[in-house]
Amino acid sequence: MRRRVAVTINGAKHEHEVEPRLLLVQYIRELAGLTGTHVGCDTSNCGACTVEVDGHSVKSCTIFAVQADGAEITTIEGLAKGSTLHPLQQAFWDEHGLQCGFCTPGMIMAAKQLLERNPNPTEREIRVGLEGNLCRCTGYHNIVKAIRCRTQGAGRRFLTEGEVRWRFHN
Amino acid sequence: MIPASFDYVVPRTLQEAVAELVQHGQEAKVLAGGHSLIPLMKLRLSTPSFLVDIGRIENLNYIREDDGHIVIGALTTHHDIELSELLKQKLPLLTSAASQIGDPQVRNRGTIGGASAHADPNGDFPACLLALDAEFTVVGPKGERSIAAKDFFVDTFTSSLEPNEILREIRIATPPPGSRGTYLKFSRRSQDWAIVAVAAQVRVTGHEVTQVAVGLTGMGSRPLRASGVEQALRGKAGHDDELRQAAERAAEGTDPPQDLNGSPDYRHHLARVLTRRALEQVTAHH
Repeated sequence: MRRRVAVTINGAKHEHEVEPRLLLVQYIRELAGLTGTHVGCDTSNCGACTVEVDGHSVKSCTIFAVQADGAEITTIEGLAKGSTLHPLQQAFWDEHGLQCGFCTPGMIMAAKQLLERNPNPTEREIRVGLEGNLCRCTGYHNIVKAIRCRTQGAGRRFLTEGEVRWRFHN
Repeated sequence: MIPASFDYVVPRTLQEAVAELVQHGQEAKVLAGGHSLIPLMKLRLSTPSFLVDIGRIENLNYIREDDGHIVIGALTTHHDIELSELLKQKLPLLTSAASQIGDPQVRNRGTIGGASAHADPNGDFPACLLALDAEFTVVGPKGERSIAAKDFFVDTFTSSLEPNEILREIRIATPPPGSRGTYLKFSRRSQDWAIVAVAAQVRVTGHEVTQVAVGLTGMGSRPLRASGVEQALRGKAGHDDELRQAAERAAEGTDPPQDLNGSPDYRHHLARVLTRRALEQVTAHH
């Protein structure tokens, strides 16, 4: 038995008849046509499918679309304003916070929630806060740097241990 | 991965939900946050043909104090528990455990009711709720009944809930002032299930341990109480050597599994070490 699901994604209304077993990530990618949200592990480990549902970051591979009926959803495509990137997207660009880019949409959505809940996290809090997101390029260091430079009052760049040593010796 | 096909209802009240379960019998499963059930369905380890989604039933998401008890609604998420000021103040054992479950996204969806009913022997809340002597209020076709934690967790993925019953609320006697708790979890990687974890709730009054409860995760097919530790420590002064000696009894009578993460001997060792650390932590500065 198919069921009608109506959701708002990035401000636009979507409505579809779906099978109850359709996962939210499939709804977003295949019915709404928003392919910025990725499917990585498909087992709620890697976080590539992270989106916001009613203000909470969630792994959309582990939610049925029917459970999100009526929800306000934000995906990576909803962050930029026109051609102006969201500050976190810009920070990932500036700090080289992506290599292959596969994990990036989920990383940014998880980072957004992290900074909303804790606007001034320490490096450790950033690393712990991203425990639900995996980067197979192991590019964590620049991801943390990118988020670090968006923290409240962080006017300066976050220096790596190597850069600190370089500056010390020069 | 796509789960097997199923039919789906969204009841508005617990009574409607129970009626659906009665009608569909063993074919039906209750869906709350879905963070245990959906992964199992995607792997087709669970193939219910009917899901009763209780996620939209109102008034099942709360944490409050009522007549000497902390009461928690079944749909309260791990995230809500982790951040609850009431629990931080009166039951930090639960906030400590909640903050170590899964990851932030999982904690935003997973519920204490779902995690309890799922009865995973490596889940984090069951050992805490066992140590706290929690009472589970469940609703079924004949009305409500209350199940003590020691009777609730039966075996791997098996609670004493009947197929047509739904967990509504968890009640825990508010620990008296001075009672302290913590949850120590050992896993190899962030996000992993516990290999072994220890829930401890201890009260030292003056120079006497007047309350001690220790729950173990991962030491058998269900959460266990380390009753040897409790006997050894109750009535003692809580000195370091007493804590160490008591902790040595943490693995008594347990038969933990052998798997990729470790041998039974290794788990015995972890239980003793984590118990000692937990006892030291909750009795510090007395």
